[in-house]
Amino acid sequence: MSGNPLIKVTGLHKIYGDFHALDGVSIQIEKGEVVVIIGPSGSGKSTFLRSLNLLEVPSLGTIEFEGVNITDEKVDINVHRQKMGMVFQHFNLFPHMTVMRNLTLGPMKLLKMSKKEAEANALELLERVGLADRANTYPSMLSGGQKQRIAIVRALAMKPDVMLFDEPTSALDPEMVGEVLEVMQKLAGEGMTMVVVTHEMGFAKEAASRVIFMDEGKMIEENTPAEFFAHPKTDRCRDFLSKVLI
Amino acid sequence: MDEITAWFNGIKEDFILNFIQGDRWKLLANGLLATLKITFFAALLGIAIGIIIAAVRSSHDKNADKLKGVGGFILKLFNGIAKVYLTVIRGTPTVVQLLIMYFIIFASSNDKLLIAILSFGINSGAYVAEIFRSGIMAVDEGQNEAGRSLGLNYFQTMIYIIVPQAFKTVLPALANEFIVLLKETSVAGYVGMMDLTRAGDMIRGVTFSAFMPLIAVAFIYLIMVLILTKLVSLLERRLRSSER
Repeated sequence: MSGNPLIKVTGLHKIYGDFHALDGVSIQIEKGEVVVIIGPSGSGKSTFLRSLNLLEVPSLGTIEFEGVNITDEKVDINVHRQKMGMVFQHFNLFPHMTVMRNLTLGPMKLLKMSKKEAEANALELLERVGLADRANTYPSMLSGGQKQRIAIVRALAMKPDVMLFDEPTSALDPEMVGEVLEVMQKLAGEGMTMVVVTHEMGFAKEAASRVIFMDEGKMIEENTPAEFFAHPKTDRCRDFLSKVLI
Repeated sequence: MDEITAWFNGIKEDFILNFIQGDRWKLLANGLLATLKITFFAALLGIAIGIIIAAVRSSHDKNADKLKGVGGFILKLFNGIAKVYLTVIRGTPTVVQLLIMYFIIFASSNDKLLIAILSFGINSGAYVAEIFRSGIMAVDEGQNEAGRSLGLNYFQTMIYIIVPQAFKTVLPALANEFIVLLKETSVAGYVGMMDLTRAGDMIRGVTFSAFMPLIAVAFIYLIMVLILTKLVSLLERRLRSSER
């Protein structure tokens, strides 16, 4: 498997009725890369991200993850999803469980960790995001920023090989965006492979190894962040950037 | 003053006549026991049927766009059966269902209690199923996605994440259904079941005094419902407090 990209997407299409949400997307993502996807709403960036762990089932095309074609119907997707952490715009913490239980459910049920082991692991993760004192509270008692940090470590508790972020800061009050981005930047610095859909251009500039611009279901432009923001090649991308970078 | 004393004496005599003489209170006690037995086991059966039907219906509805192969066919078939069941049960009177069960389906059996339990349980199952289904569908889709993205399979996600949240939402509706069930078993007398209502009516038939036995029966039902309501509100408070 050495030399293979971590994720290899080939000719991905997603069609809802007569709407072409993804129109032939191909990309390879290497281990350790931080790929940031930007674009106007409705451009298909979230659909693309959600396709990577098959929350959206592609209409056409293949996705290879760690050398396995996960779009093959014979593949047990649940096994591969364990290796792909996902963070959602609306956190989606389990409201009927304590923070601790949110973090230990997956590892205990799927990685067959003992309760003790899972809790020790969870506590360590909570310390990393400065929320160890919240282990026994319920999500309803947390702020948005805290919820999202918990959601990130819930995904990390599964020891994933890639983390998928679907607009992780879009539902946050402005003053809470920073604390979540900080966690993400730290994660990127530790070498985690990340695919991030976001409107945070600052994060793209600082943490991305590659920035991709999507529009109308296609990946139109991709470049290093420095080049991307300094010299956008297409008119559509220039137009988009002129609107989001004030 | 005499009038009041006379009235009280009348009540007292009426009471003795209807409940004390010939140990008639035992009729009510046994009737209540039968009513409680029918309600309890019918409720259990209703929950069991309800869970299965709700699981089939909501799996079908949530995955409607990606059903294929043998599995998809089976799910569609079961969903069709479930729909017929819901339509028939909810579209016909409980008494008629009971009579059909007793005189047609189990014509050869004379186990009235069992037939009553089956009949009311199958009836209740249809309502419980729709209550559960509405609860499952009301849980945010993001919860399902969060569970699945961890790698939990459909059933694990259901059991650990969706159903506990759904249960909390539907608890009041579920309690209401069991209150209705308790009262609805009062038609069990139609097939000769000696339940609480029938017991009261029997006493009335013997003593030719309607007031005492019927009011007593109504009162006992009311007490049962109040107890049930109280239990549910305690449970509700416990479930809510787990989030604080």
